[in-house]
Amino acid sequence: MSEDVTKSLSGRDLKFVTFTVAGQNYCLDIQKIREIRRWTPVTPLPHASNGVLGVMNLRGAVIPIYDMASRLGLGITDPSERNVVIVVAMDDNLFGLLAETVQEILSVTEDQLLPTPDVKSESTREAIQGVISLADDMTRILDLRFVTGSFSRAVA
Amino acid sequence: MQPSIRDTFFEECEELLEAMVEGLGIIDEGSYDSETVNAVFRAVHSIKGGAGAFGLTDLVSFAHTFETVFDEVRSERLAVTPELVAVLFRAGDQLATLVEAARDETEVEAGPRDSVVKELKRYLDEPAEPEGGAAGGNGTEPPGGFQPMTLDFSALALPAAEPVAPMRSFEIRFQPDRAMMANGHEPMLLLRALSELGTLEVSAQSDELPAFDELDPDECYLKWSMQLETDSDRAAVEKIFEFVEGLCTLEITEAEGAAPPAEAPAMAPPPVAASPAAPAGAPAPAPAESAPAAPPPPPRSRVGDDEAKGGKGSSGGANARATLRVELDRVDRLINTVGELIINQAMLSQRIAELELPKGADVEVELEDYKLLAREIQEGVMAIRAQPVKPLFQRMARIVREACAATGKSARLVTVGEHTEVDKTVIERLSDPLTHMIRNSIDHGLEKPDKRREVGKEEEGEVRLSASQRSGSIFIEITDDGAGLNRPKILEIATSKGLVPPNAELSDSEIDNLIFMPGFSTATEVSNLSGRGVGMDVVRTAIQALGGRVSIASETGKGTTLTIILPLTLAVMDGMVISVQGQTMVVPIASVLETIRPTDKDIHKVGSGEMVLSIRGSYVPIIDVASSLGMHGQSNPITKSVLILVETEQRGQCAMALDAIHDQRQVVIKSLDRSFGDIPGISAATILGDGKIALILDPDGVVQIGGSRADAGAPILQAMEFFDE
Amino acid sequence: MTKVLAIDDSRTIRNLLRMSLENAGFEYHCAEDGRLGVDAFPDVRPDVVITDINMPNLDGYGVIEELRRGPNATKVPIIVLTTESSDELKARARAAGATGWIVKPFDDASLISVLKRLTGHAA
Repeated sequence: MSEDVTKSLSGRDLKFVTFTVAGQNYCLDIQKIREIRRWTPVTPLPHASNGVLGVMNLRGAVIPIYDMASRLGLGITDPSERNVVIVVAMDDNLFGLLAETVQEILSVTEDQLLPTPDVKSESTREAIQGVISLADDMTRILDLRFVTGSFSRAVA
Repeated sequence: MQPSIRDTFFEECEELLEAMVEGLGIIDEGSYDSETVNAVFRAVHSIKGGAGAFGLTDLVSFAHTFETVFDEVRSERLAVTPELVAVLFRAGDQLATLVEAARDETEVEAGPRDSVVKELKRYLDEPAEPEGGAAGGNGTEPPGGFQPMTLDFSALALPAAEPVAPMRSFEIRFQPDRAMMANGHEPMLLLRALSELGTLEVSAQSDELPAFDELDPDECYLKWSMQLETDSDRAAVEKIFEFVEGLCTLEITEAEGAAPPAEAPAMAPPPVAASPAAPAGAPAPAPAESAPAAPPPPPRSRVGDDEAKGGKGSSGGANARATLRVELDRVDRLINTVGELIINQAMLSQRIAELELPKGADVEVELEDYKLLAREIQEGVMAIRAQPVKPLFQRMARIVREACAATGKSARLVTVGEHTEVDKTVIERLSDPLTHMIRNSIDHGLEKPDKRREVGKEEEGEVRLSASQRSGSIFIEITDDGAGLNRPKILEIATSKGLVPPNAELSDSEIDNLIFMPGFSTATEVSNLSGRGVGMDVVRTAIQALGGRVSIASETGKGTTLTIILPLTLAVMDGMVISVQGQTMVVPIASVLETIRPTDKDIHKVGSGEMVLSIRGSYVPIIDVASSLGMHGQSNPITKSVLILVETEQRGQCAMALDAIHDQRQVVIKSLDRSFGDIPGISAATILGDGKIALILDPDGVVQIGGSRADAGAPILQAMEFFDE
Repeated sequence: MTKVLAIDDSRTIRNLLRMSLENAGFEYHCAEDGRLGVDAFPDVRPDVVITDINMPNLDGYGVIEELRRGPNATKVPIIVLTTESSDELKARARAAGATGWIVKPFDDASLISVLKRLTGHAA
């Protein structure tokens, strides 16, 4: 795992956007983020479950919106205008991720990236690529594949 | 090697293979001329040439054998017989297989390839080889001349390859003939190249130089004697004169040892005295006199970037239409933008409608024009992506041949309407289902030749593949003249697999449609063809993914027809805008038979809570869209609903109940992200005038889920329920 | 810059030539069959012509014939691009007026070296 982290995040100067999901700190590589929007109601999808809120019109593209809290097993967000949608790109596809709030842009060096602590919960280990330790806290590096990837299994 | 050039090569191979197959088809029909044969030869030859550049030796060697046989045909040394044509077709198929393998970097089966090679070589064993290319008899082996060619220039390319080579000394006498100058050679350049090999001393003899006014500018009057000190060998020196051999008088003598050869050498190999070229002595014609009878037409300025031009002129012959090769990306961006334009137009219409202007206001008249123009642009842009189905159909000829070979049946493919144009993506994604359906037709549809003879049919069966455009849809039909579906057997299989309750009463067409059911596969006898784990249900799914549907009709003893109906374009469709529990959705107009506002007496309860609509003396099930889609809000009572009567594949006519119908308009189809998987009841989405997303309903899906909650027992529904999972 | 006019009906070969030649500092022009190539000649005014043999509309021998003896007769070097290196082909090409030949598949080095040799182009 730690090898993966250093491999995929190699480079001297790394920038992460930090945000909160159900009170916990998470972050994403800034290069994966396309934009951050205020929450607006989405078009729900039938038979949707497991953290899929629906679809949103992003300048003519139909993109799915996920509730990160629900995907991470942290309960369900009741979205309001105070929340944000982080639009990310993965494999040429765009996704929207609902988060509580966006906090800051974090500049770190590679040696500040740490492997995921050996936690018991498998889903936590799968959802996180690693952690960054901060002065008095830490933030989890979210694995986009976990947040968006297992969805098709959930529906089918 | 840049991958893009490799990609271009395989792209070009596709075109060349198409041209080849087309040419072979014409040859097969017997209506060919020499240009047809040339075109096929060139196609194979170009594949060989490109393959060589990429080091695809398998492909090169096969193409070479193929081409050699074709060259015999071209030069009329080999007569075109049906047997030969059959071999050529097989060779064409094999070539396509090799191209695919090279592209995918996989191995081909050696067996079939070698047997085709053997068949081809049989035609080369004939003695008639008077002017064959390379040395060594009958040309059945890839001539030596082809393989080692890259060696040709290595001496020059790497002049310093042997740093410790001993110094040699050459004496060279060189006198150009007139023909050498006429062929564009420049003696000075030869001398310069020589000087690059080492130290060159040159002395020119100008004693033959005439008086200035007698000087013929096309003649070379000088001769040179040179002495070259070099670490290169004789071959390297000869190499420099490679192109002028025969166009000059040339003597190269190597002095043994390092001593400068003062006198004529005794031991040295005989001088390479190039014999004067035959035409050299002939008077060089004055340019104007020898001009070809017809002067070339005024220059069409059509040189330039490859990227900017396209027309594959070679395939059909003379009059290829001018074409433009454009990156697909650009077209798709344009299509997207036009989609935006249509949405924008819808938004504008809505805003203007909200203004509640008096009827006939100028702005509304202009808006109508705007709509028309937008639609025209859209159709024009869509046409760019449209391509004839011909190449797709041509590929199927190969499938037919392969399937026949595998099953011991005999069949010809007849294609109709191959100029029908279909969206590029549709064509690409139709290839697999079509392949499977054709295999199926031959494997399960057609009878064996002896059986056909027994029932008084021609031994060779016919598979007819036709395409046509009717009322905004594309129809593709695969018809065989085989035995028709074996309905008792289908029913038996379906029953044994639990797809149908025992003693169910199904109509013929319902039985026929069972073959599309997941889990149904007729491969009781293990067939190595169509029974590769893909059933017709996969075919149906693939067609549905393209927004189309597939149906089957069969007549015992006469044959079977599979019909694929596809939307004209993937990107837009006419839709009916509806609402379901406050959510706006779209129903494809194509599937709407009629809309009904029911009254109490039209609606009947059946069993526990199921409703049917009485319409013109028959009953159709009513499906509540909201509950089918799992929406939990409050629905109107059915009698307050609007019903849309739709024709579905699996349950025939059904009435979908929803809250309201708002509008009918063209919508731009936006596919939902694949990571969603299949959303039952929803095929895609669109963006409405207000910028909101509306989901596009898939009536088949809606009905299927809706039905699955039905209780058994209602007699009129019984037949339909068998299709439920 | 030395101008090359390449005449070949294979897009792949044209692309390969373009890549090799432009890398080596030649100005590259092309035409996709013999007729177009001959027509293009007076517009492009190349310093050297490279032509395929098997082409629709006008084959390579025809191209050489016309370029050597047609109304715009020229003495620029004409190089034949061929998959065979048979003596027959060479003799025929030379009788038509070809200056040299390059055997496909060619590598960059040999292509450039032949061009250099026949045009004096310094790569």
